[in-house]
Amino acid sequence: MKTILVPVKMVLDANVRPRVRADETGVDLTGMRLSINPFCEIAVEEAVRLKEAGHAEDIVVVSIGPAKAQDTLRQALAMGADRALHIQTDDSPEPLAIAKLLRAVVEQEKPDLVILGKQAVDDDCNQTGQMLASLLDWPQATFASAVSVDGDRLRVTREIDAGLQILSLPLPAVVTTDLRLNEPRHCALPNIMKARKKPLTITSPSDYGVDTTRRLTILSVRPPAGRKAGIRVSSAAELVGDLRQAGVL
Amino acid sequence: MPSYKAPVEDMMFLLRDVFRSDAVFAEMPAQTDTDCDTIESVLEEAGRFCSEILYPLNMTGDIEGCRLENGKVITPKGFAEAYKVFSEAGWGGLSASPDYGGQGLPRTVQILVDEMLSASNLSFGLFPGLTRGACETIEAHATEDLKNLYLPKMIAGIWTGAMALTESNAGSDLGLLKTSAKPRDDGSFTVTGTKIFISSGDHDMAENVIHLVLARLPDAPAGTKGISLFLCPKFLVSEEGTPGAPNNISVGALEHKMGIHAQPTCVMNYDGCQGWLVGAPHRGLAAMFTMMNAERLFVGVQGLGVADASYQTAVTYARERLQGRTPGATVTSPIIDHPDVRRMLLSMRAFTEAGRALTLFTALEMDREKFHPDPEIRRAATGLVALLTPVIKAALTDFGFEATVLGQQVLGGHGYIREWGQEQVVRDARIAMIYEGTNGIQAQDLVLRKLTLDDGQPVVRLFGLIRKTLDEAEPVPALASVRHAVQNALAHLESVTKRLTSGDLSSAEERNAAAVDYLRLFALTCFGWLWLRMAHAQTEAGISENGNKPAGKLATAQFFADRILPQTASLAVQIGAGSASVMAPDAGQF
Repeated sequence: MKTILVPVKMVLDANVRPRVRADETGVDLTGMRLSINPFCEIAVEEAVRLKEAGHAEDIVVVSIGPAKAQDTLRQALAMGADRALHIQTDDSPEPLAIAKLLRAVVEQEKPDLVILGKQAVDDDCNQTGQMLASLLDWPQATFASAVSVDGDRLRVTREIDAGLQILSLPLPAVVTTDLRLNEPRHCALPNIMKARKKPLTITSPSDYGVDTTRRLTILSVRPPAGRKAGIRVSSAAELVGDLRQAGVL
Repeated sequence: MPSYKAPVEDMMFLLRDVFRSDAVFAEMPAQTDTDCDTIESVLEEAGRFCSEILYPLNMTGDIEGCRLENGKVITPKGFAEAYKVFSEAGWGGLSASPDYGGQGLPRTVQILVDEMLSASNLSFGLFPGLTRGACETIEAHATEDLKNLYLPKMIAGIWTGAMALTESNAGSDLGLLKTSAKPRDDGSFTVTGTKIFISSGDHDMAENVIHLVLARLPDAPAGTKGISLFLCPKFLVSEEGTPGAPNNISVGALEHKMGIHAQPTCVMNYDGCQGWLVGAPHRGLAAMFTMMNAERLFVGVQGLGVADASYQTAVTYARERLQGRTPGATVTSPIIDHPDVRRMLLSMRAFTEAGRALTLFTALEMDREKFHPDPEIRRAATGLVALLTPVIKAALTDFGFEATVLGQQVLGGHGYIREWGQEQVVRDARIAMIYEGTNGIQAQDLVLRKLTLDDGQPVVRLFGLIRKTLDEAEPVPALASVRHAVQNALAHLESVTKRLTSGDLSSAEERNAAAVDYLRLFALTCFGWLWLRMAHAQTEAGISENGNKPAGKLATAQFFADRILPQTASLAVQIGAGSASVMAPDAGQF
């Protein structure tokens, strides 16, 4: 392999309690702590490990999102990526538009492997990797829990409901990462400083001729309903009766 | 369960919105790249390291402690590995000189990382902290040969540093020390003596320990003017920089201490070991004092760090713990709803955030002192740093300890047992009030030396800065009541300062008796000043008072103004009463 492409997404930090905007149009992100999506961080780590093991020469990270997404790219650069591409947009494009943009980046960068998170923890779509593989007509291995290079093929262990499935894929391919693939490293201070000086190119969706207009309409976003007060029952029989009435027994 | 998360949002609020550090660093040619985005990425990663690697070792390190086996110190499980990861990730070289492999970041960033280290694991943080102090001393005073031989490995964390000052009869008064140094033919010296209380004196975390030892040359005059500084490595180092033969340095004993159990505090025997002179003969104390401001800032920040760790645990507990009902509640309330618990939590927070602001204000002045091209600005910065150093060291460790006691109190019985870690923090916090010059000594330094330094210019300048903040806040109605409280505090401080410097309290005995109370009055007024600045900055930056961090500055400023700052009035009365009642009983009556 020569080049690995790692798409990364900036999301609301997993440790922050999300708050719904007053107008119910979505989650309030203003002034909130934003971080790299945990699955994307695992993807970057895996790419860096492949490079460190001598299986790749060049790691390109790409993020599609607002200006603040550059912090996410800088973090990926500090972890060991070589170059970054920021496709800047304040829209929040749907997975298909993202996949189309990534296809355009793939055509430009010609990577041998695209490795990305299986899903983002904000919208949990779990679609981008699969759509990208279809658009490129490349083989795909999703939910990877282990990746190794086997000659000119990739051996990927997948976590499936029944257990583990092991696939062998020809390259180029798309791999999406699961939680147990690796544990991302702590960045070294000199690498954080060097990351500030690594190349970061800024483009926009229109540079790739991709229309990022949303096709879906969000009707409303609401927080989960608060817990209602319980009732006290006088006997086990009454409890069973109530549960039957509620249709849970 | 207890957990620690570095308060990066609050730190960045201070840098971005209160002190506008981008503009400050833009004036320093060596620091023009140090923008807030860079600082934030450094702090994020440092915070992650501290929470995930160092904090989990804090309680286990306390329980296991260090032990001495066959003359060798063994640190608690996990410390050596963590130190290796810490060093390999380059954290030890954060503010160290790029000439010797450091990253050359400013003191401002270093001190924020020091806070995280202290909060997550005070015992561990002392290892790199003391190494840095030793490196700064060597860089400022040692020969080129010594610098080239020792600094790269110390900055890389491969070797650590120790500062050997105290002897059994020479503590606050180092002029009494007896360790001797005799010249050898090759230009080096033979150092003989016993030192006590030597932090990181020996351990199993690095391949060599570099001791900076204060000793007397044969022709030395008595007292502090006859002390020289020597570099004595645990293992002698070849010209290529490889440690070889042991250097007649041994551990006499490990001190048994109240806290910081994972930090090996040693009695060190220097039995005719080989040492090299650092700086001029008889000028050792002066050489040591070049890094004293930085070390005292570091110790102050230890008090701040442990207080914040205690605060975070107390808040977590107070949210979860259900006891009693607040008026009108129909179910059992979390104790955070009870006014008295809120009082304790707010007292802690009001201190940690103001303490951090004072630390950053001072660290930025230290960076100006070191990096600013304009000599006038450097000179003014030197004065402010000298003035504020004893205030930070003493006030942050005094208030820090008080905060850890509150943090323990919030948990009731659960604060007294080990499980939540609050009792450890109380024990650990205590040392910072004592070492690096006791807080009593700090107060003497402030009152006897710093108030009159440069004809009193630094203190006049500081009061001017406080008045400027008062003026700037005047047009903002929401700040009126905090502003009024700060104005009152400043009036007390100015009046007492005048009496101490040229009025009825200016005799040596009066000043000595007033010093500790005066330092507290001084610190509280500074905290009030910085709360006003923070509340004002939050308003100007349009940060919502009720949102996520860094919100809530106005409410906390108001709490500080209403419930803590009035102490300045009683302190002024206490000090005004003079030394008569202190000196009345003769020594035999105690």
